[in-house]
Amino acid sequence: MNAMTKSAAELRRAARDHIRLPRLETPFHDRLMALSEVNDWYNWAGYKAPHSLFDGELEYFAIRSTAALFDISPMVKYRITGADAERYLNRLTLRDVRKLGVNRVHYTAWCDDHGHVLDDGTLFRLGEQEFRLCCQERHLPWLLDSAFGFSVDIREETEEIAGLALQGPTSHAVLRDAGFVGTEKLKPFDIATFPHEDGTVTISRTGFTGDLGYELFVPRAKALSLWDRLWNAGQEHAIRAIGFGALDQARIETGFIVANADFVTAEGALRADRVRMPDEIGLEWLVDPDKPNFNGRRAILDARRNQTLKHILVGLEIEGNIPAEHALVYHRQKHEAGLVTAAIWSPTAKRNIAIASLERPYGSKFTDDLWVEIYAMRELKYQKMMKRAKIVPRPFVKLARRTATPPGLK
Amino acid sequence: MTSFDAIVIGAGHNGLAAATRLAKGGRKVLVLEAANEPGGATRGREFAPGFRSAGLAHLVNRLDAEVARDLGLDLAGGETLLPTTVLDGSGKAVVLKGAYGETIDGVSAEEAAAFAAMRTKLAFQAGVLKRFLRRPPPQIGAIALGDFATFAAAGLGLIRKGRSEGRDFLRMLLMNVADVADEYLTDDRLKGLVAFDATLGVHLGPRSPTSLLGLYYRLTGDVAGKTGGQYVPSGGMASVAPAFVRAAEKAGVTIRCGTPVGRILADRGRTSGVVTRDGTEITAPIVVSAIHPQTTFLNLVDPAESGTGFVRSVKNVRSYGNVAKLDLALDSVPNFEGLPAAARNGRIVLVRSMQQVESAFNPAKYGEFSTDPVMEITLPSLADPSLALAGGCTLSALVQYAPYRLKAGWEAGKPAFLKIVLETLERHAPGIGKSVVAASLMTPVDIEAEYNLPGGHWHHGELQADQLLINRPTSAASGYKTPIEGLYLASAGAHPGGGISGLPGWNAARHILSGAKA
Repeated sequence: MNAMTKSAAELRRAARDHIRLPRLETPFHDRLMALSEVNDWYNWAGYKAPHSLFDGELEYFAIRSTAALFDISPMVKYRITGADAERYLNRLTLRDVRKLGVNRVHYTAWCDDHGHVLDDGTLFRLGEQEFRLCCQERHLPWLLDSAFGFSVDIREETEEIAGLALQGPTSHAVLRDAGFVGTEKLKPFDIATFPHEDGTVTISRTGFTGDLGYELFVPRAKALSLWDRLWNAGQEHAIRAIGFGALDQARIETGFIVANADFVTAEGALRADRVRMPDEIGLEWLVDPDKPNFNGRRAILDARRNQTLKHILVGLEIEGNIPAEHALVYHRQKHEAGLVTAAIWSPTAKRNIAIASLERPYGSKFTDDLWVEIYAMRELKYQKMMKRAKIVPRPFVKLARRTATPPGLK
Repeated sequence: MTSFDAIVIGAGHNGLAAATRLAKGGRKVLVLEAANEPGGATRGREFAPGFRSAGLAHLVNRLDAEVARDLGLDLAGGETLLPTTVLDGSGKAVVLKGAYGETIDGVSAEEAAAFAAMRTKLAFQAGVLKRFLRRPPPQIGAIALGDFATFAAAGLGLIRKGRSEGRDFLRMLLMNVADVADEYLTDDRLKGLVAFDATLGVHLGPRSPTSLLGLYYRLTGDVAGKTGGQYVPSGGMASVAPAFVRAAEKAGVTIRCGTPVGRILADRGRTSGVVTRDGTEITAPIVVSAIHPQTTFLNLVDPAESGTGFVRSVKNVRSYGNVAKLDLALDSVPNFEGLPAAARNGRIVLVRSMQQVESAFNPAKYGEFSTDPVMEITLPSLADPSLALAGGCTLSALVQYAPYRLKAGWEAGKPAFLKIVLETLERHAPGIGKSVVAASLMTPVDIEAEYNLPGGHWHHGELQADQLLINRPTSAASGYKTPIEGLYLASAGAHPGGGISGLPGWNAARHILSGAKA
């Protein structure tokens, strides 16, 4: 072996170095690591993210009783700018982006040509021609291909932008005490920027908990100083860092769905019948047939007109207190009607609740006499229970403080 | 202002065929043509003072008889089939007479019999495929009764001849032409001819998989009921466009030339007309686009009106031409060595062997033109003396391979390629160089500019297995209808494909008139 081949091999090895760290660390990793008592991590889009940091139940109650700090940096983020940005996004997504004001956020979803949902997410209008799209899955090829004929610039900024969700009844008090002046004026889905160090932080009154709460975005380099600023101010307000387990409970109570948990995204689905139209996952209210053409419009409207929609997403209240996660749903205890995609005993609603995907006409025409079959493993033996389920409206938990402006402080 | 039931974009022969059929079906039709005269790729042009080219096409070999009858085309001359002469430079010509060599001069009796066997086999197989030409391709998910009838007829047609024919059909369908030629033939010139005919106009060499499809496509065409026949109408190729125009005008079609369309109006998935480039809005519930599908959906329809997936598939249509068109103005009729006088009015193919075609294709893969090109030639002024000055002659040649995306660029490449082409001609017709008054070589880039053909591809997209039938031009727009309600495709980019057949336009119009759901 001569020197040249050796150095080439070394170069190759160096180029592969990323395999030594298969999970990326978020900008807040140092803080999370220091707070993690239980070392309970999971993989969120390739990032090491906490499932729980100290106690799932207490973390949940931080959301509902005080203030919870949750690292949302792994959320996929795209920056979309340019003269045609609004028109581009209007064609890409289901809702009318023309109605989204500057410094406002809306929840939306987007479909392929066949009207099958590719993902859902939040669209931030940061300026007349400047947007941020946040979502669960990666879509850069789709976004770039959608840009043909539009004057837009599309950039993925997941790595560059750090995000934090600050949620709970005292979250505004934390912001106020951290010195963010004027956050009390933010109404739900408002965005504003505030000075932080020598730069700014973008704060929106948004979240995934159905509670009073905010989401904060800063460049990666400012991540830790932002954390510390909130953490220090939060001590008086019982701030807690939380993992996904607690957030997941809060989002189920609010009736929010998660891509690839409550539905399979169109590009991720391997089986042809697993894809879903907006109307099949409870997102029919996003579809705006009156706005200009958008991806999937014709397929969705055809499916409505021809009544070919196959599924429906419902909220269920189930008797008893055993969570019915992934339980089968039956009609009259014998006809299989669907599957529970998420379920918890709701500590706030004090009800056994679930989100389920049913096969029409169950859930649309046949809404009574529904049952779920729960298999509870009890010391190496399944206890099978057939429990009565009732379709109930979502959200299961509705909190006045979520929308009160100015927000309460405790 | 008069209102129209349908607007046809493009007065090429397919646009005119569609317009005429629609008008005969009781629709009020307006045809908008960007150029100053109708005809599309059959539109003639003066390429040198006193010398005219009749357009891109220099032979008729697949004008559909039913289309011609239905439209009322008054084109005569189809009863005289023209021969094809293969010249390999040895001075010994092979002449195929009748429809694609019903009889052959210049080869041994055994070779002639072998060719006849291959011809019969391929014509039979092409006959099975031909059933699909006159109707829209079957739509997956919505197979109609008529589709079953076509499938059944195709199946019966196969079974009727016995199981081995069915097996052979399935065996050969996606083969390359070289292997098939090797199975049947020994004469290099005949092998070279079928290799040339199978690959002319597509980006394939004879040894490329599926290259036999090109030959099948040729043999799905017929003239006067004869498979593979070819002719030049009385009055020459320049009489083709006027015949289509006359038929259209007789049917009551309004044709407006010099009126390029700037935009196809569409709102939430429905078209309502067009806006011409000068800003005039013309409304109609039906818009028939008889121009390239890529121009239609990437330039004229606002991309916001199409789905991302659809735009992606339209962009992916492969449509880079590979053929250059040469028009020569000559001061006398050229003398090709070995060409019988009786075959001068026919098609002359300059090819030595299949290997020559394959070798000519190699550089095209890497963005270079052939240094030893193959070509087919006609002498248009023999049928239409008005094309040349008195005593002169015109020569038209389709030369391949000349890739659209030439690595060196055509500005530099064109003079070099022209020199090679003229040298090739000089070898076969000594003295022709001296008699050249003017030469006009149109590379695919020139063809694109002159005829508004993206990629300079006269088929409006490669005619290959993945871009045929239910995938022509792309699956979501394969049945003439498109994702935009009221907007239809009717050019060579639609099923069945290019060549002067009239079928894409005629089929599209019939589909519209049938009232089939858009």
